[in-house]
Amino acid sequence: MKLLATVAILGAIVGGGASAAELSIAANATGKAAEFLRARLGEFEAKTGNKVNLVTMPASSSEQFGQYRLWLAAGNTDVDVYQTDVIWAPQLADQFVDLTEATKDVTAEFFPSVIQSQTVNGKLVALPMFTDAPAIYYRKDLLEKYGKQPPKTWDELEATAKELQEKERAAGQSDFWGFVFQANAYEGLTCNALEWIKSSGGGQIVEPDGTISVNNEKAAAAIDRARGWIGTIAPEGVLAYQEEETRGVWQTGKAAFMRNWPYAYALGNGDDSAIKGKFDVMPLPVAAAGDQPSSSLGGWNAAVSKYSDEQEAAIELVKFLASSEVQKKRAVELSNLPTLPALYDDADIAASQPFMASWKPIFQNAVPRPSAVAKVKYNEVSSKFWGAVHNTLSGNGSAAENFELLEVELTELKGDAW
Amino acid sequence: MTELSLESASTVPAARGAIGSDLRMQRVRSAWIFLAPTLFMLAVVAGWPLTRTIYFSFTNASLTNLSGAEFVGLKNYLSWVTLKSGRTIFSGLLADPAWWGAVWNTLKFTLISVSVETALGLIVALVLNAQFPGRGLVRAAILIPWAIPTIVSAKMWAWMLNDQFGILNDILLGLGLISQKIAWTASPDTAMIAVLVVDVWKTTPFMALLILAGLQMVPGDIYEAARIDGIHPVRVFWRLTLPLIRPALMVAIIFRMLDSLRIFDLIYVLTPNNAQTRTMSVLARENLFEFDKFAYGAAASTMLFLIIATITVLYMWFGRVNLEGER
Repeated sequence: MKLLATVAILGAIVGGGASAAELSIAANATGKAAEFLRARLGEFEAKTGNKVNLVTMPASSSEQFGQYRLWLAAGNTDVDVYQTDVIWAPQLADQFVDLTEATKDVTAEFFPSVIQSQTVNGKLVALPMFTDAPAIYYRKDLLEKYGKQPPKTWDELEATAKELQEKERAAGQSDFWGFVFQANAYEGLTCNALEWIKSSGGGQIVEPDGTISVNNEKAAAAIDRARGWIGTIAPEGVLAYQEEETRGVWQTGKAAFMRNWPYAYALGNGDDSAIKGKFDVMPLPVAAAGDQPSSSLGGWNAAVSKYSDEQEAAIELVKFLASSEVQKKRAVELSNLPTLPALYDDADIAASQPFMASWKPIFQNAVPRPSAVAKVKYNEVSSKFWGAVHNTLSGNGSAAENFELLEVELTELKGDAW
Repeated sequence: MTELSLESASTVPAARGAIGSDLRMQRVRSAWIFLAPTLFMLAVVAGWPLTRTIYFSFTNASLTNLSGAEFVGLKNYLSWVTLKSGRTIFSGLLADPAWWGAVWNTLKFTLISVSVETALGLIVALVLNAQFPGRGLVRAAILIPWAIPTIVSAKMWAWMLNDQFGILNDILLGLGLISQKIAWTASPDTAMIAVLVVDVWKTTPFMALLILAGLQMVPGDIYEAARIDGIHPVRVFWRLTLPLIRPALMVAIIFRMLDSLRIFDLIYVLTPNNAQTRTMSVLARENLFEFDKFAYGAAASTMLFLIIATITVLYMWFGRVNLEGER
């Protein structure tokens, strides 16, 4: 006891002398991410002498956002650093510190488009830690077994998925499904549906100039096509699936195709995975040859709360988390896409995540959700959009009817201007 | 209920009339003194937030700018503009179909869940009221679902109801009751059923316990007399037991009703966030924190409060519920 007390006092003196800060970072923890983040925070603590607490957040980004909003509105001083989704910058800009000055020595190393996505009215709201663009995961062993090629269009994907499902079921895998994706009514469905629509030439819900474009034939056809997958090539349960539920089906070897973010790549090749080494990834399909494959732009960033009383140390932590060193480890261990172009030529990353080199153009062409144009109204736009899509997918009205209604609602929401 | 006991403290002696006015004054005074801490706590933790919420519902407050809220009258509840063409457009909560959909979902949920829970709770209580070996153990065991935090049981059930890995589908498939796996929480029809099942599982013990407390107040000699007279047990239940436990039953139903009218956690965890299952609380939360419509959400919360208050008052009026425990 005495020894412990002495150590504690010594620690306090040493810590006090170095004026160590105690920081808290709020971050979501999907898959292995929490473990990874704790290890990096440990490195940061060893390097700077500061202490960092990890406040883990729910996997659903909608829930995470709600919690952030509450904390920030209450001027919470306990949380210093927030891990933020790419779409939140315009909504939370006022609550975060402007990082432009503090990070001007490193911002040139990032992809300009990613820095741009976190800049609101000239203010750099958050520093990008990794970017995200979903892919289609496919079982290369099964495609080889049945002599199939990776599909290029949605119709090909549907046909291949159907064939694989039938053949695998006939071979005794009664639970086998062709395709799994995220169709629960939440932000993830907005991403999925935006990809279906954009890759069919149906626009991006609200165009960058503010026009509401969602009510068009191509968009409706894209959603109706997806409606046809449910119960045929995809379990009806996808209507309640988020990322992790889909990964559960996929990683136990019960699906031929999955739409998911790059994090599932490292996990799928983990030792406890039933499909280790049996799968590969490819860009999302298109509706017809000539259409542009469109992945929703995702990605996570680190922002400093303006209510933090340790802003300097917090900025240091943000820069550390977005540094080349951490991003490289992140790419190797978690298969998250770096936001630094230089890392795409890195030999170690190429060796452990062979898919990544080919991902650079995909995320550079990724389609942003209309968060920049809809500003503070984005969440409501997204909620109404996923509501209309979820209704259609669960057989509640046709896509054309639901989008007609959605257009009216969005127009009312928009008012005079976004 | 504090007001009610306060009322009884002041009116009961008055009704008796015989007690001197000095003594009465003194008793009223001490009643107030004893009640003051409770009233203070209620005012701080319930009164103040409620007043704030009602106030915000008449403003244009946003979560990021609460202090800059300006008074806008009833705009969040109902407002209308008449266009040049003569068409009138209504807006606001009372003209919002999403709100009325949520109200309907909540009422439907409350009606079904409370009815089923009352019936099951009554049966369980009658069984537990009988003498049998190990009764104490069973009484403790039956409370377990009630003791688990709702959010935990909701998550637990979410996995049990999962279409691919869930144990429920596995059992039903094994028994040959279903031919293919059912996505319980995915489709709007089964999602409501799933939520009802979980809610009934969780709160029936609570109903049973409250009713059991009522049952134990019934004196045994009445039953003895009935038995000697050779009255059929079913008739005894309808003519003796039910009227005698009615006060306890009514109170139990009120508690459950208040609880289920503000249902949030089960719906939020178990079902996709769509219009078919969204309840009043879910809608209020969404507007308050996720959308940039704090004042609108405050209006929804206020309406939720008013609806619950109205239903409770109506129920007590028609049910002649006596919360003072007298008959």
